[in-house]
Amino acid sequence: MYIVVVGGGKVGYYLAKELLEAGHELVILEKNAGRARQISDELGSIVLNRDGCEGKHLAEAGANRAAIVAAVTGDDEDNLVVCQMAKHHFDVPRTIARVNNPRNEDLFKHLGVDEIISPTRMVLASIEQDIPVHELLHLAQLKGGEMELVEAQITDNSPAVGRKPTDINLPEGSSLFLLLRGNSVAQVRSDTVFQAGDKVLAVASGEGESILRRELIGDGEPVGAAG
Amino acid sequence: MRAVIVGCGRVGAGLAERLAREGHDVTVIDTNTEAFTRLEPDFPGQAIRADGTDEDVLRRLGTDKADWFFALTEGDNRNAFAAQMANESFGVKNVVAKINDPVRAEAYTMLGLATICRTRLLVDALARNVGLDPDPGASGVRQAERHHDHVAEVAATAADAATDKADR
Repeated sequence: MYIVVVGGGKVGYYLAKELLEAGHELVILEKNAGRARQISDELGSIVLNRDGCEGKHLAEAGANRAAIVAAVTGDDEDNLVVCQMAKHHFDVPRTIARVNNPRNEDLFKHLGVDEIISPTRMVLASIEQDIPVHELLHLAQLKGGEMELVEAQITDNSPAVGRKPTDINLPEGSSLFLLLRGNSVAQVRSDTVFQAGDKVLAVASGEGESILRRELIGDGEPVGAAG
Repeated sequence: MRAVIVGCGRVGAGLAERLAREGHDVTVIDTNTEAFTRLEPDFPGQAIRADGTDEDVLRRLGTDKADWFFALTEGDNRNAFAAQMANESFGVKNVVAKINDPVRAEAYTMLGLATICRTRLLVDALARNVGLDPDPGASGVRQAERHHDHVAEVAATAADAATDKADR
């Protein structure tokens, strides 16, 4: 697969390295001459010392035959412009942008960037996982955001303690499916009895979420970062 | 009318002065306070030191209520980005981005942004000055050729074309 990587910072460099090892064909566009030289010393002549935001440089890099253009500079505005140029000027089937300000994610999607990677969001999600928040933890969006994959932490005060899934009044369209207890992982069965300390993975729709939270975690005020 | 101007360079400051003197409500934003020395000491508008590509900043400054938005920093990409944010996220109707690279300016005109390209303006003015034919696309602000809603359409067409390419 032919891939154009724009931005030869840490992300671009390691990305290129991994992709090369996986056998892909690629070029990196890096506008800083010193940095470009440094990368070609390490990885060989796969670097073009050019500004990837300019149409003619993307053309020179062969963007018109690229399967993917990945814009991974540290500047959101540059990453957006690269993806928009790639998409609309070179018909690149898949554009990927690094987004540093998580607030920009929606705008990027709206403007047609195919895939958005937000390191800030990832670190944030990871930190949130470590906070004992008595809330549903959002793990992933399904069906374009209609459904959410969530994790519920069952505590001593949860109404679900000592109950089976069949005793729980589940909202429509939701499903409990995986039980994480200690180091073991098991499917939630109709005879599973929930204990404090369990984590339950569930799928819920937007409006079903609050019911699911009440049934599994309880009505207590959520505590955590804000509390 | 209410105007938000991102970038207080010569162009941004000049426009801010003119609009404010005409009685319009003007907010000019720059990341560098030095830039505001380009404004007259009695500048009747607001000069705010902030990042004009930050959605939170633009919201705080009431961009959603702006009638005009001008992205006039020295960076083409910053301008394209801020202008699209004003247009898409804040619904400002009259948005102009200064994009000095003619190729990018052309591309963004096709993507629904009104643009002004200094390079093309100057080249045309100088060429005409020595008797060459005028470049019809160079004059003033180029209005958007497509509304932004068509962007998705363009993307879909591009995706189709790419599938065709892959099929071949």
